[in-house]
Amino acid sequence: MADVNEIKQRIEAGLPGAVADVEDTAGDSNHFRAVVTAPQFAGLTRIQQHKIINEIFKGELGGSIHALSIKTQTPEQS
Amino acid sequence: MSDQVSNELREHLAKLIDENEVILFMKGTPEGPACGFSARAVAVMNSLGRKYAAVDILPDPRIREELTAISDWPTIPQLFVDGELVGGSDIMMEMYESGELAGVLGVEQPAGEAEPEPEPTPQPQGLQLENNLE
Repeated sequence: MADVNEIKQRIEAGLPGAVADVEDTAGDSNHFRAVVTAPQFAGLTRIQQHKIINEIFKGELGGSIHALSIKTQTPEQS
Repeated sequence: MSDQVSNELREHLAKLIDENEVILFMKGTPEGPACGFSARAVAVMNSLGRKYAAVDILPDPRIREELTAISDWPTIPQLFVDGELVGGSDIMMEMYESGELAGVLGVEQPAGEAEPEPEPTPQPQGLQLENNLE
């Protein structure tokens, strides 16, 4: 079981300089949405951006974290 | 046994991705999605009106394992166009809203802001994988 702060901290620790806004969309600690703003995303495709986040939660998405909806953007896009 | 079986399955999946311009791997079928994220992906595809192949990954957990090994993408659904992973439901939704997905699929963006409605779709084109690996 994960919580909003844990997910936020793990994203921001895994991607220094990133800001993650995380919400528990269903209020069940099982469905999360993260909006991640990071300078590292510049020049990458969406797939590449999402794979960076997926890597942080390797093996947990679809498992212990049932659903993490992700939106990625660079600071310029936010 | 498992190495050979998984290689065969992986090759089969790679062939499907190669042979179908637009292919959606999902939980359930376009007529009966078995997960909200897959339902959303189907609704987007239906709204754009592009024919696509659909593969249900639920009949055998190895389908998902091998698909993830190919795509390096952990979750379902997964949409491939011209052999390339376009995204899962978040990226599909984002690209649908921006009009990019219509561009990738070579169709017109539907007019209006209406949410895509789930409705019956094109045939799955006989792509259901048979669970004959036991």
